[in-house]
Amino acid sequence: MATAFSDDSQEFTPNIERRESIGKIFEYIFLLGLLLGLFILALLLFDIGKDGLARFLTPGFLTETPSRFPDKGGILPAIVSSVSLGVIVILVAVPIGVGAALYLEEYAPKAWWTDIIEINISNLAGVPSIVYGLLGLGVFNYLLGFGPALISGALTLSLLSLPVIIVTSREAIRSVPDSLRHASYGLGITKWQTVSNHVLPYAIPGILTGVIISVSRAIGDAASLIVVGAVSFLTFNPGLFQRFMALPIQIYSYITRPEPGFSNAAAATIIALLAVILVLNGIAIYIRQRFSAIH
Amino acid sequence: MVQKTNYQDEFEREHRQSLYKSPSDDIQDKIVEVILFSCGLVSVLTTIGIIVIIFQVTWEFFQKVPVNKFLFDTQWTPLFADQHFGIWPLVNGTLLTTAIAMLVAVPLGLCSAIYLSEYAQPKVAAILRPAVELLAGIPTVVNGYFALLFLTPLLRNVLPLEIFNALSAGVMMGVMIIPTVGSISLDAISSVPRSLREGAYGLGLTKLEALLRIVLPAALSGIIASIILGISRAVGETMTVLIAAGQQPKLTVNPMESIETMTAYMAQISGGDSPRNSINYDTLYAVGAVLFLITLALNIFSHWFANRFKEKYE
Repeated sequence: MATAFSDDSQEFTPNIERRESIGKIFEYIFLLGLLLGLFILALLLFDIGKDGLARFLTPGFLTETPSRFPDKGGILPAIVSSVSLGVIVILVAVPIGVGAALYLEEYAPKAWWTDIIEINISNLAGVPSIVYGLLGLGVFNYLLGFGPALISGALTLSLLSLPVIIVTSREAIRSVPDSLRHASYGLGITKWQTVSNHVLPYAIPGILTGVIISVSRAIGDAASLIVVGAVSFLTFNPGLFQRFMALPIQIYSYITRPEPGFSNAAAATIIALLAVILVLNGIAIYIRQRFSAIH
Repeated sequence: MVQKTNYQDEFEREHRQSLYKSPSDDIQDKIVEVILFSCGLVSVLTTIGIIVIIFQVTWEFFQKVPVNKFLFDTQWTPLFADQHFGIWPLVNGTLLTTAIAMLVAVPLGLCSAIYLSEYAQPKVAAILRPAVELLAGIPTVVNGYFALLFLTPLLRNVLPLEIFNALSAGVMMGVMIIPTVGSISLDAISSVPRSLREGAYGLGLTKLEALLRIVLPAALSGIIASIILGISRAVGETMTVLIAAGQQPKLTVNPMESIETMTAYMAQISGGDSPRNSINYDTLYAVGAVLFLITLALNIFSHWFANRFKEKYE
């Protein structure tokens, strides 16, 4: 049929087969580009497993304090620090973030200053983590006088997580059907009762997903903590107002040690960090799948 | 009988009460609204805090170091006896690693976005998309480890790379940014109306031709927004370049050399606990101010593009 068509016209030759095969080639190029990214991810995970698994499985790696020797001691203070940071971020950032999202979606009037809050939040989401470190250093370390303590790092990470929590919570709240609100108002129920009894429970899976994603990002962040003053070597489990470290800081400190063996310790710590993040993300995906099936 | 009248009386009174009461009068509701509003205010205070603190210390810095030395000197050596405060070597390092990152992230991100939206079966895409997005979830310190201890040794087999170099760091940064470019481009491409594609097929275009001539141009502003956002991520990225690109601020376009980015300098100077009001502490904020302004401009530009594309199809 293609040949019959080209016989009729001198100027236009459809060349369908050639064009379709070019299209097919490009389809494979696009696929290749996608797989290349995934291949690097796989390579990275494989390399880290190869470098670090033996050290990771050394007895005491997760339960002992660090040592000057790369093949001895463990990363317990870093684990305790990271877990404390994560818990404080959840306690501080989640109520504020969800509250801000509820205000913007349910209460805020359409006015110039609510527009400013919105623009401001989307810009904050793009501010580099190291700049949050500058804020934390100035406000929590010096202005409030906490110094380079766990609480300064935790509050800095909370501010860092806030924009993502607000944005994802707003999306979740926005997806609650208006009919729910109208039905509730129709029964004479106040706004806050409507929000707390009907809107929030409906939006919780979406909010939780965003919370987990942002917390796992905060746990993996090192740049802001370096600026706030995390230490690279810690032999005790830090209290709220003591010097602190974190898993990514421990990794960085191991990488910068020139002696052989420390890179394996770094890889082993990466395994621990990735395991935490993987579990958190797994929970997020599970929540999303489970509740999207219900709705 | 008597009981029933009593009951009715009571009912009447209650009924009237609730009629006179409007929901907005509820004091609890007002309190809640104020609390929620102050939550929203935290984000505004964060921005104000960042701006005030950064520019206050930067102002102090410029009392000690004249602006023209900051902008026109070609060396950055605040830690040496012979102090120079020219920002350009650091900006150069940032631009170099960012350019390398975008050379990786734009083609791979766009390929992923196009394949997932146009070619992949929905079930396959549902698995592949989160897999690609995992790349953004890897902590950047891990990317630095991989760049320094896997990629650089590998590339040194074929290229005369220094141990610390812009190339490996830039490539891993690019891999990290693939999902940023990919996800937003994917949304832009998927939101091109089906009718445009069908019109193109009706005119006899193949799938690829429709994609290149109709769909991609229609999604262009979204794609550009994603690329600008990716650039902003690369400019602000710290750990990968700190670990793998070195700490030697210099003016060079050679990706095989050791360089220093703005972010890497900031992390380097912070590690040593610079006392307040020292010149080191001030440089931290001066470089931070430049970084903040660059990323802010890029983010605003990106939002502007993204909004243009939203207006078109919604």
